Amino acid sequence: MSTKTIASGAVEAQWLPKGQPLLSVSGVTAYYGKIIALKGVDITVNEGEIVTLIGANGAGKSTLMMTICGSPRARDGRIIFDGHDITGLPTHEIMRLNIAQSPEGRRIFPRMSVYENLQMGAAITGNAHFAEDLERMFEMFPRLKERIDQRGGTLSGGEQQMLSIARALMSRPRLLLLDEPSLGLAPLVVKQIFDAIKLLNETEGLTVFLVEQNAYHALKLAHRGYVMVNGRVTMSGTGAELLARPEVRAAYLEGGR
Amino acid sequence: MEVFLQQLINGLTLGSIYGLIAIGYTMVFGIIGMVNFAHGDVFMVSAFIGLICVLLLTTVIGMSSIFLILAITLVVAMVFTGLVSWAIERVAYRPLRGSFRLAPMISAIGMSILLSNFVQVAQGPRNKPLPPMVPDVFVVMERNGYEVTLAYKQIIIMVVTATLLAGFWWLVQKTSLGRAQRACEQDRKMAALLGVNVDRTISLTFVIGAALAAVAGVMYLMYYGVVNFADGFVPGVKAFTAAVLGGIGSLPGAVLGGLLIGLIETLWSAYFSIEYKDVAAFSILVVTLIFLPQGLLGRPEVEKV
Repeated sequence: MSTKTIASGAVEAQWLPKGQPLLSVSGVTAYYGKIIALKGVDITVNEGEIVTLIGANGAGKSTLMMTICGSPRARDGRIIFDGHDITGLPTHEIMRLNIAQSPEGRRIFPRMSVYENLQMGAAITGNAHFAEDLERMFEMFPRLKERIDQRGGTLSGGEQQMLSIARALMSRPRLLLLDEPSLGLAPLVVKQIFDAIKLLNETEGLTVFLVEQNAYHALKLAHRGYVMVNGRVTMSGTGAELLARPEVRAAYLEGGR
Repeated sequence: MEVFLQQLINGLTLGSIYGLIAIGYTMVFGIIGMVNFAHGDVFMVSAFIGLICVLLLTTVIGMSSIFLILAITLVVAMVFTGLVSWAIERVAYRPLRGSFRLAPMISAIGMSILLSNFVQVAQGPRNKPLPPMVPDVFVVMERNGYEVTLAYKQIIIMVVTATLLAGFWWLVQKTSLGRAQRACEQDRKMAALLGVNVDRTISLTFVIGAALAAVAGVMYLMYYGVVNFADGFVPGVKAFTAAVLGGIGSLPGAVLGGLLIGLIETLWSAYFSIEYKDVAAFSILVVTLIFLPQGLLGRPEVEKV
């Protein structure tokens, strides 16, 4: 494990949310069959932070996301969420601790309407504040309101992405896991989605763990970031610091994505 | 014309029974992609549960109201058959989930043989008769000495089936349970990511399918008045044919397929030969699989990854 932690600059330090660790991943390894995908990963997400994980295709970012949710299970190491050891729990029990994920590929239910997809998002909390949350989602993504009765499978990529995030938010999560929300989307839609995430973080203190290939936008948005290469975390620091690192610039910014 | 009308009535009755069984096949296939070959035998077991229940109510308790007997029998059969199916899934299918694709199907064939043999040993190999429960008929029309009749039991079968299907439709479309069920059918992993207990939902699917098969079992018993241990096979395969014809995975398709198979069978018996009615029904399976593999209301199969 060679994590080079960079000392926080004075200007950045006061900007960082000073929350308690909400999620801590330590020494986690995971396999797909016999292939090792995570080789001992340590990551902490504090309450109220936006933390991003960047890295190339196949680095293990999405695997880490799914391992946090128990699928695949971590073979070694521990995952602690809000004081609970969730390493060995089944997926649905982990999610019921109020974690939500907008996964890779969006995974919208194709033969359910937009409304039903959102209802599924609120499956954990039931109808307690469904109407109110629905209004909030429509405010954030007015496009979804227009498409309310349309089947999920017929939406455009950007609309599906909005729906995927909105669905995740319907359970009022304490931790939002976002996997590549910008993938394949027009720059304008990406901006809209990133703005929405930022707003939720600033106004409601939503904690976000964001996996991105779009390193520039992600590091701009995030308080802190980690860089993953080949199943290991190789660098970490504040968003601004990572953006300034020559290695990061060379590998993820100037060399194209 | 008269013969046609009569066979139409008979076919719809039989088709209702097939449709109820077919839903169990189609739901299980939809959610875990396996053909539950034991489902026909679960249907047969439910008819026996119904038989025992009716005999207990009439001879031991001395109940005489047909409607009360029928209502109690339906509930008892649904509950017990649901339990049987739940146990089968738990013991024979769940441990094999994640194994190769054929494993649970082979296990299902084993369960099918186990159920029919168990009933053969426990209940004896002969036909078990039931005294006619609702013998009255209602003459719809009469012409040239040919009476078109609608038996009260046929009305009961159609009304019960329609009511239960409406209730079932509401459950699947409007309740959170039904939504979770459909979510698991479309993307099990995502359903789990939204906090749905996938294993429990699959169990419930088996229970619901079995409860509908139990209704079919009780109706079958009332309609024919006899049942034996081997009665799960042919109606089971016909209901499976119905599910394939309607489009496997599609709930309205299962009902439509059931009605069509019922009609094809009775009309074939009337106009061609009664001996070949099963051949006619199964030919449909072959023709459907060759020319319309996705069925009437199904969607083209997209390989899930």
